[in-house]
Amino acid sequence: MSDARNSILSRLRASRDAHPLTPPASDFAPIEAKSWAEEERLPRIRRLMEAVHTEFLDAREADWPAVLREFLAHEGVASLAYAPETEAGKRLVEGWDPASTSLIPYDRPLENLKPQLFETIEAGLTTTRGAIAETGSLILWPTAEEPRTLSLVPHIHIALLRADALYDTFLQAMRMQGWAQEMPTNVLLVSGPSKTADIEQTLAYGVHGPKRLVVLVVHP
Amino acid sequence: MDGNAPDFAAASRAALADPQLRGNFRRAMDGLMSKRAAQFADTGEWTGVRALAASVRLRALSKLPELLETLEKNCTRNGITVHWAATTADANAIALDILHKANAKLVVKGKSMVTEEMHLNAVLEKDGIEVLESDLGEYIVQLDGTMPSHIIMPAIHLNTKQIAHLFKRKIKDAESREDAAYLTDLARRVLRAKFQAADVGMSGVNAAVAETGTLCLIENEGNGRMCTTVPPVHIAFMGLEKVVEKLEDVPPVISLLPRSATGQPITTYVNMISGPRKEGEKDGPREVHLVILDNGRSNIYADPELRDTLRCIRCGACMNHCPVYTKVGGHAYEAPYPGPIGKILVPQIEGLEKRGAMPHACTMCNACVEICPVKIPIVEIMGRLRVEAVKPGGAVKDGGAKASRTESMVWSGWAAMNASPTAYRVATLAMSKLGNAAPSSLPMLKEWTNVRTKPRFAGRTLHDLARAKGVPDV
Repeated sequence: MSDARNSILSRLRASRDAHPLTPPASDFAPIEAKSWAEEERLPRIRRLMEAVHTEFLDAREADWPAVLREFLAHEGVASLAYAPETEAGKRLVEGWDPASTSLIPYDRPLENLKPQLFETIEAGLTTTRGAIAETGSLILWPTAEEPRTLSLVPHIHIALLRADALYDTFLQAMRMQGWAQEMPTNVLLVSGPSKTADIEQTLAYGVHGPKRLVVLVVHP
Repeated sequence: MDGNAPDFAAASRAALADPQLRGNFRRAMDGLMSKRAAQFADTGEWTGVRALAASVRLRALSKLPELLETLEKNCTRNGITVHWAATTADANAIALDILHKANAKLVVKGKSMVTEEMHLNAVLEKDGIEVLESDLGEYIVQLDGTMPSHIIMPAIHLNTKQIAHLFKRKIKDAESREDAAYLTDLARRVLRAKFQAADVGMSGVNAAVAETGTLCLIENEGNGRMCTTVPPVHIAFMGLEKVVEKLEDVPPVISLLPRSATGQPITTYVNMISGPRKEGEKDGPREVHLVILDNGRSNIYADPELRDTLRCIRCGACMNHCPVYTKVGGHAYEAPYPGPIGKILVPQIEGLEKRGAMPHACTMCNACVEICPVKIPIVEIMGRLRVEAVKPGGAVKDGGAKASRTESMVWSGWAAMNASPTAYRVATLAMSKLGNAAPSSLPMLKEWTNVRTKPRFAGRTLHDLARAKGVPDV
């Protein structure tokens, strides 16, 4: 198909050279101007995300695994998949009492975990790279240690959010974190549990992705 | 669709006679318009971000060949295999080749308008490959054996009752319940098994970033993530205009697309894919393919005015605000892209012989132009296509297909009459005296009087009245 490639590109080049186009300058100021005071960011994120059925839990650095364990026990969640090699994964297992919720390490390729992940594991825990105030969105940055399907396949996705990693806009987050220099295999913005309005505009949650999204805010 | 030319007028008449369909569209479009308006309550913000998004799209078009090469280079560096297709037949052949090599029996698809353009599902089914649409609306439409009637909400023409009946007929063990939550959960159960078993996942692309070799996909359901994450092979399809230069160009587009489309501040998922599973990673497809489709787009690009068609980010807002679309619905167009953008895009892709009627299905009210997030001059292009349809040898495929000798003689006569004061006086006098006696069944006049009342000519001409009022120089 390299013939197709060359003929498409040469047609485009000839057309563009015959009729060059001078685009107006891109002025990012309207997006750069969007900002919220530090103490307003988290409440705004919370309000926007709760409006689309996201749930929030508050914890401190010292006690977030206990807060999570209590929540899962209360909700009757029997299994939680987690990333054993991450800092958060290591914290999680320290002194975990498996009486109500058993921990399942995501420690092998998806192919060897697929049936469990789709059919029995009820929840998945991931970290985030922060959240965005403008739209109420979590930044997920899956890695070799923390796979993509952890936040996708189990019915409940629990996301750890550090309360000091909040950005005004998508643009600001991508600039401050230097994304353009190091895009990983997959980056995601997640702004709620899976939803659809494809049946007569009626909003329904949990169509293909997680039915519930729980943000565990870790306050410094 | 490749058989007889679609008869837009007949399909529209049928749609207009269907009160259920009209009610479904009216309710949906009213809701979408008010939700969108609420998102853009701050007009200063709308104006600024809109100008930015338009500049992003124009900059991409100004460097289109270079950006496509950079995209190819960076995707390849990231491990994505890039394919180029001049026609939909080429794109289908590329897809089949990848599927055969992967020995694929089951394909799950996320939403992709380009694959609708390719009629890919029919091609795969003919080849014995099971293909399942996984966007809930697309799944409904596929079960129903029809086409999407809206690019964002494919099953908008059906109500809950109709969908409940469809599911009862087509899905094993389905209960007859007119409840969106129940129906959604039913689809979840059916499709989760398919995501797990699928050999290949397919998707569209909302924006491809040349700078980083990244494919951006936005969606609410999670089916797009499933299709691009779980199966061992992912094939993404994009029209060649979907490229943007830099990663920073994505936020303006993502800021306007969901707000314009459905009135939500952002979609549930913004999914940025920059390659297949890397060494050591535990999930993600082992292969990622990107198919870049031309299908007439390079021809559109050749004309400096028509080129603006390629700015489109496929939000569908023009449909939601179109008085014609709202009344006749998406199916009347019998095209992958209905509504205003369809009326300018489809005739340029498929030619004016087959699609010459489409640019006429417009009142030129300009509503679509006012809300277009990237400022496409849709109505100007619509007018241009009307001209191209009667002008042989123009820039558009099958230009001149609708040319008629009678019409062209009438317009020459009209021009001559207006160029000569004497001819004008004689003609207007004749019309004021004889016009009302002319039968409405006269050729050409009939075209107008078929659907409208024949106008009554005034007894005295405007010039005559002005002269009587003492206006000099008439």
